[in-house]
Amino acid sequence: MKIQKGSLLALYAALELGQEPERQLSTADIAAKYGVSAHHLAKVMRHLVRSGLIQAVRGVGGGYRFAGNPRRTTLLEVIQLFEPMESTVELAGTAGAAATPVIAELRSIAGEIDELTRAVLDTITLRTLLNAIERRAKASAPSPPRTGRARQRRPA
Amino acid sequence: MSARGAFPISIRNAGAADLDTVVRLDRETTGIEKRAYWQEAFARHVAPPHNGRLFLVAEKDGAAVGFIVAEIRAWEFGSPPCGWVFALNVARGLREHGIASVLYDQLCARLRAAGIDTIRTMVAVTNKVNLSFFRSMGMTSGPYIELEKRIE
Repeated sequence: MKIQKGSLLALYAALELGQEPERQLSTADIAAKYGVSAHHLAKVMRHLVRSGLIQAVRGVGGGYRFAGNPRRTTLLEVIQLFEPMESTVELAGTAGAAATPVIAELRSIAGEIDELTRAVLDTITLRTLLNAIERRAKASAPSPPRTGRARQRRPA
Repeated sequence: MSARGAFPISIRNAGAADLDTVVRLDRETTGIEKRAYWQEAFARHVAPPHNGRLFLVAEKDGAAVGFIVAEIRAWEFGSPPCGWVFALNVARGLREHGIASVLYDQLCARLRAAGIDTIRTMVAVTNKVNLSFFRSMGMTSGPYIELEKRIE
């Protein structure tokens, strides 16, 4: 599965806003944090507003706010706003008779893969993803520097 | 205490007197009364010797409100010993208060104490509640794939 750019930008926005649902952020805030195009992100934000996942807040200090529940909103709900979740198995043109059963079987296999993909994405909520990201960041954080006392204990 | 601190929860080993509650909780979730199945499960997991079998109950105000069942399985298709969870349930009205998390954490602690470092389960792809819960506890797809075929 290749996650399309629109889906990725939407996930950045949903995670950022879902982290603190009361907080308002602008497109520029999110684009700067993730190093992405504000122009492209703005289009994605409009789509997210239309879907009801986020709310646009007007006025001074306005921006966007998460409108759902991060403990319930799943990755599938975000990603399928931007891309189809079904694999396609076909060649342009008319297939010969021998190709028909091959294509049918490959479609069945692709269906199995799609079902698993959907099951995975539909059971990971934004909150679960945020927790996993925090755990990964902690695990990869550099260890605190040793104290001078600890260094003294090291054998010469 | 439940994980979100809503109310105190205590975890204990299941006893024979919990059978009716377990049957009821399971029936309320699945819509099927499986008394014979649970009687067998109690015979294997509640009555000693336990031999790596765990049946834990969550109690609130002295009443059983949830349970988790697991066992240590070894060498199925070459798999080193792991903890295998095959039942988890919390009373409907008390869900989303962290009771299942407390049960799961306690189960992991006991498996760890028994020298087990991996926990596995198998859940229907349509069972979003349980799949989402296990995901939220950090579980991911493992190195085994469930396969099936209708026997003709």
